[in-house]
Amino acid sequence: MENLNILTHLDYTLMIVAIGAALLGAVSGTLGTYAVLRRQSLLGDAISHAALPGIAIAFLLTGSKTPLILVLGAAVAGWLGTLLILSIVKLTRIKYDSALGIILSTFFGFGLVLHTLIQRTGNANQAGLDTFLFGQAATILESDVLTIGILGGIAIVIMLVFWKELKLLVFDEGFAASLGFPVRSLDILLTSLLVIAIVLGLQAVGAVLMSAMLVAPAVAARQWTDKLSVMMLFAAGFGALAGVSGTIISSSASRIPTGPTIVLCATVVVGFSIVLAPNRGLLWNSLRYQRNKRNLQVPTPLTGPQRTLEK
Amino acid sequence: MIQEHLDIQLIAIVTAVACALPGVFLVLRRMTLMSDAISHAILPGIVLAFFLTESLSSPLLILAAAGTGVLTVVFVELLQRTKLVKEDAAIGLTFPALFSIGVILISRFAGNVHLDMDAVLLGELAYVPLNRLDIFGYDVGPVSVYVMGTILLLNLTFILLFYKELKLATFDASLAATLGFAPTLIHYGLMTLVSVTTVGAFDAVGSILVVALIAGPPATAYLITNRLSLMLILSAVIGSVNAVAGYWLAYLFDVSIAGAIATMTLLVFGLIFLAVPNRGLIAIARRRARQKWEFAQTMLVIHLFNHEGLPEAEAESEVAHLHEHLRWDPAFAAQVVKYALNNRCVLQEETQLTLTERGRTVAQQALVQ
Repeated sequence: MENLNILTHLDYTLMIVAIGAALLGAVSGTLGTYAVLRRQSLLGDAISHAALPGIAIAFLLTGSKTPLILVLGAAVAGWLGTLLILSIVKLTRIKYDSALGIILSTFFGFGLVLHTLIQRTGNANQAGLDTFLFGQAATILESDVLTIGILGGIAIVIMLVFWKELKLLVFDEGFAASLGFPVRSLDILLTSLLVIAIVLGLQAVGAVLMSAMLVAPAVAARQWTDKLSVMMLFAAGFGALAGVSGTIISSSASRIPTGPTIVLCATVVVGFSIVLAPNRGLLWNSLRYQRNKRNLQVPTPLTGPQRTLEK
Repeated sequence: MIQEHLDIQLIAIVTAVACALPGVFLVLRRMTLMSDAISHAILPGIVLAFFLTESLSSPLLILAAAGTGVLTVVFVELLQRTKLVKEDAAIGLTFPALFSIGVILISRFAGNVHLDMDAVLLGELAYVPLNRLDIFGYDVGPVSVYVMGTILLLNLTFILLFYKELKLATFDASLAATLGFAPTLIHYGLMTLVSVTTVGAFDAVGSILVVALIAGPPATAYLITNRLSLMLILSAVIGSVNAVAGYWLAYLFDVSIAGAIATMTLLVFGLIFLAVPNRGLIAIARRRARQKWEFAQTMLVIHLFNHEGLPEAEAESEVAHLHEHLRWDPAFAAQVVKYALNNRCVLQEETQLTLTERGRTVAQQALVQ
């Protein structure tokens, strides 16, 4: 009975935040599945940091702080960063991780310069920068939930329309190319979906923790299945679970920031999955190892005679 | 005023060089993002050390950070060893989790104490020179110079002492292991240095921009050379240039110094990217253009050579008919003829082209190949 009481007395703002976080978790979990499968987990980290100058430039150009405009600026900057990373890897002998590191930090630095330029004091505006770095999950409004729902929904629908092509791209790019699929365009599409998921998720958990929201649900989901569709459903579920539980836990005590709590919940889910999942999980494998060890005990002169005696 | 400028630039240069040196090895070993991960993940270590010592300038902080840094590396590798999580995903999981713990600890238990999140992440170089070191009552300079200077010496000593081992372990780890060089020890030694350097650099540039100092100059140097010794020296020089140029950029526009240094890093990288002889973008574009004309010229001389001495030679050698026979755009055909004329591969008499001796040689060589 007490549980029901808690449900009926849910705070409205808490519910909005929880729904927003759940949606964000679901979208980033779903689209992050592609990133994890393509070993692009840290690309998400780079894109989320590289988005900062985009937000500043969007504000400088339009003078407006409407979330949609800033999100657009973030997406453009994130996209530009990705293009540069790929060019660096293609045209020089610098490897992927170094390219990520360079773009991530220098774009962010440039964003910082623009930010302090806007403030004209040489010090970053604490509030704006804090929001970018850590998200503002606790202040998600109904309008934000609507934006997240619509944009995220569009991204998911696009993904579903191109389901087969994207699946082929992720698992066997060479085969896809040989079949005549426009591999580069599909790649661009996939990266764009990733950028959308990231700029949406920036609001909840911020740039520093964004990579976890992409990676954790997908990694957890991977432990439970080998099928892409099932993995994505699990990832969406785990992402939503992390979002909701993070919100509720952080609101239950004072001075616990929401973003990091969501990330920790997602990490806990990963931990559980790694240990407990059937077939792949550590516990399962350990038990199986023990079982095999027992079954494979070869009768030796020491154990043999005992058995015949027992018979 | 001048002293202020000098102080900040000195700190910036020392920090940049201290970061660039281990950064060379990180870039070569494809572990650049581990430095990003370490710089975020040492936060809980610092916070816990702060709780224990109640002070922000205790050397225990650096030790705790170094320890947490190594722990992060160990954790990431443990995750990878389960074979259930790939390398990049392991990093992408570990450091946000650790960082989140740090942030929650700060918010919950240190909320009314000055452990500024922004200072940790972004640094603020402008205030650093204000914290000065007093020895026997003499002001010998900013504390940071001595801290970062010590770290720089540490890095330099490590690299000089273990130069051969580092070089071998970086480029051929298995051979290093076979020869008994203990690449694992070298690896963890390097990671410890990176953690210590990162914490030292917090004051100046914070944890996100440390990556710019660690990855930027070495990557820029890598564009120019692949000799380790040269790469180390170049990285130090480029890092210093970025630091000074960034400082003056920040001074001119009144913006964040660390951000300006990172921006300069990108600009310098971009410049070298374009301009490096042979490997830069400009060199590549010019080479492609030259190859295109050379190929077209070869096609022209082969075409003339094939029809030389044959009855249809006259028709085939008409300038105006080239675009028919070789399927070239008339404008393009005219340009190819001009190119071939300049290279003395053909002679033009009114509308007829004839091969020179040189052109014949070119055609023959191309056909043989």
